[in-house]
Amino acid sequence: MTQGTHSFSVERGLNAWREEIDAPVAAFFSSCVHCGLCAQACPFFVETGDPKYTPIHKLEPMRLLWEQEFTLWGKLKKTVKDRVDTQLGRAPKPLITDEMLEEWEPLLYDSCSMCGRCSMVCPVGNDIHYMIRKAREGMVASGHSPEGLVAASVRAVNTGSPMGLQWKTLDVQIKHVETATGLEVPIDKQGADYLVLLSSMEIINFPEYLEAITKIFDHAGVSWTLSKTCFEATNAGIQIGSKDIAATLVQRVVDAAEQLQVKNVISPECGHAYTAIRWEGPNAIKRAYPFKVYHIIEVLDQLRADGRIKTEGKEMDRLSMHDPCNLARKSGVVQQQRSLMDLVASNFVDLKEHGEFQWCCGAGGGVSSNERAEPLKLAAFKRKKAQIEEVEPERMVTMCATCRTQLEEGLEEFNMDIPVVGLTEIIADHLVEKEVENKKAEES
Amino acid sequence: MTPMDFLLLTKGPLFSLAIAIFALGILIRLFEIFALGRAHNYAAARGNEVIPGLKTMYRRFNPDPGTLWHVGFVIALLLFIPHIELIKSTLGVSWPGLPNPVVDAVTAITLLGLVAVLIHRLTHPVKRFLSTPQDYLIWTVTFLPVLTGYLAYHRLINPYPLALGLHIFTVEIFLIVLPFTKLTHIFTAFVARYYNGAIFGRKGIQS
Repeated sequence: MTQGTHSFSVERGLNAWREEIDAPVAAFFSSCVHCGLCAQACPFFVETGDPKYTPIHKLEPMRLLWEQEFTLWGKLKKTVKDRVDTQLGRAPKPLITDEMLEEWEPLLYDSCSMCGRCSMVCPVGNDIHYMIRKAREGMVASGHSPEGLVAASVRAVNTGSPMGLQWKTLDVQIKHVETATGLEVPIDKQGADYLVLLSSMEIINFPEYLEAITKIFDHAGVSWTLSKTCFEATNAGIQIGSKDIAATLVQRVVDAAEQLQVKNVISPECGHAYTAIRWEGPNAIKRAYPFKVYHIIEVLDQLRADGRIKTEGKEMDRLSMHDPCNLARKSGVVQQQRSLMDLVASNFVDLKEHGEFQWCCGAGGGVSSNERAEPLKLAAFKRKKAQIEEVEPERMVTMCATCRTQLEEGLEEFNMDIPVVGLTEIIADHLVEKEVENKKAEES
Repeated sequence: MTPMDFLLLTKGPLFSLAIAIFALGILIRLFEIFALGRAHNYAAARGNEVIPGLKTMYRRFNPDPGTLWHVGFVIALLLFIPHIELIKSTLGVSWPGLPNPVVDAVTAITLLGLVAVLIHRLTHPVKRFLSTPQDYLIWTVTFLPVLTGYLAYHRLINPYPLALGLHIFTVEIFLIVLPFTKLTHIFTAFVARYYNGAIFGRKGIQS
């Protein structure tokens, strides 16, 4: 009975892979020559030295399936093998077993943040992170995904937040922001230009963010709103690798945006939420959006370019920046955060490898929701730490709540006294106050 | 069978057979890839797919010591005058070649390069871990045509028809093995690079 259930779930996993294997995947698997260069691009390999963390190796079960079922040579080999088995009267050995998938689960989840750096260096051009994302679909379908991520997905579907956060918690924060700033936080405002989404991690760890955008949007005269029915931007379905869960969660955002008839949706300082809504969302629900999606940094930079953000004073200490993988390498937002830094920092220094070649903090792609991955997450952080040590900043700036938490925890672990701040907050700190601005206008 | 019989066999029916298996095999492999297609992408693009895709096709030629022998292999294959003569007689197109001593030196370096990458594969922890029997098989079938070509040119195998016959025979093994192994990367790597560049390009990043 147990055996039956198992083979059924493996079969479901294989079916998911059969659905995921497309022309790029076939081209990638056809081209790998086992050169091992992808290992050098992976913080999980570089910091552990264990060859099993070589990115392409993480895809071996899916490659086996592709070879056997999607190539003529593989089909021929299978036919011969089956013939021999029948002749000898023995049961054919399954290609992919539960044990194998169990062995690969930590490789596909714990030791991969889907940062995509390997995809940038592969000499034959394999987009490995594209395949990891697909491989996870089969892992979910076969019942081999980490408990932490399963729990986060269940909470996200049931409560709307992967951390089980409810509107009333956010409401308390909204009241607090309104008291502190004397400004209104718009809720469910029909026809606003921007629907602002948040991440639970942000609401819990970095309430400064909501206050910062409230100030900036008031300053720039931006029409915006929160939605009571959907405030969560993150998508656990995309991290764990379940198109169904992903579609359910994306649909909530789309419903809220359509109901409020907003023109744009803003993804918060969170990397994967942006990938989820901006790039994967429309494909999860199989239709284009009637609105545009921006990361908050893109919106702020546009306001800057339009002259709608007026700042005064600059940060004098030595600042450096961590580019979230999902924002920079995986979404092409590289210059925007630097233009914003120029506005408010006089002593900014980039990490040596940044932008599309930045190193992952080690916590993305679901690694931070997977308690089992804790030691690996800290190991991978050592690469970031080495990068930070190279330029010796006094503070780090970033624009993703997961990266920020990882940087804070990692730096603390290694006794490095380098505070981490969100870029949006720094901008908010330097806004020219309205009264001053009005006075200046009167004088001139 | 005399050495001359062997040479005639390799130059005649065996050569046609090898070319046929190679050509048909590669066509099937490429068809298998393209027939899978790609799902429609509903996300609004930030950038173009085609130009970044084409750029990535050549941008991944990195001057890596492990891949430098490819250059020598291609020079020996396409710029050795007797090879050009052969291509001219079969396909009708030709181009200028390099002087024989140059190709000779390049071939010697290529052989050393291939030995070096084999040693690297056997000793480097990641490469060793990833390597399968097929990796050693394709190394062998790649090494042999270069080696036999070098030996034939220097008359180190006698009589000459045997030397040339062996060279052509090893080339035929290479051609026959190619479509069934990861030697297909000779063709599919360009497809893979295109897709990589297109996927990133759509999101506004040149990969």
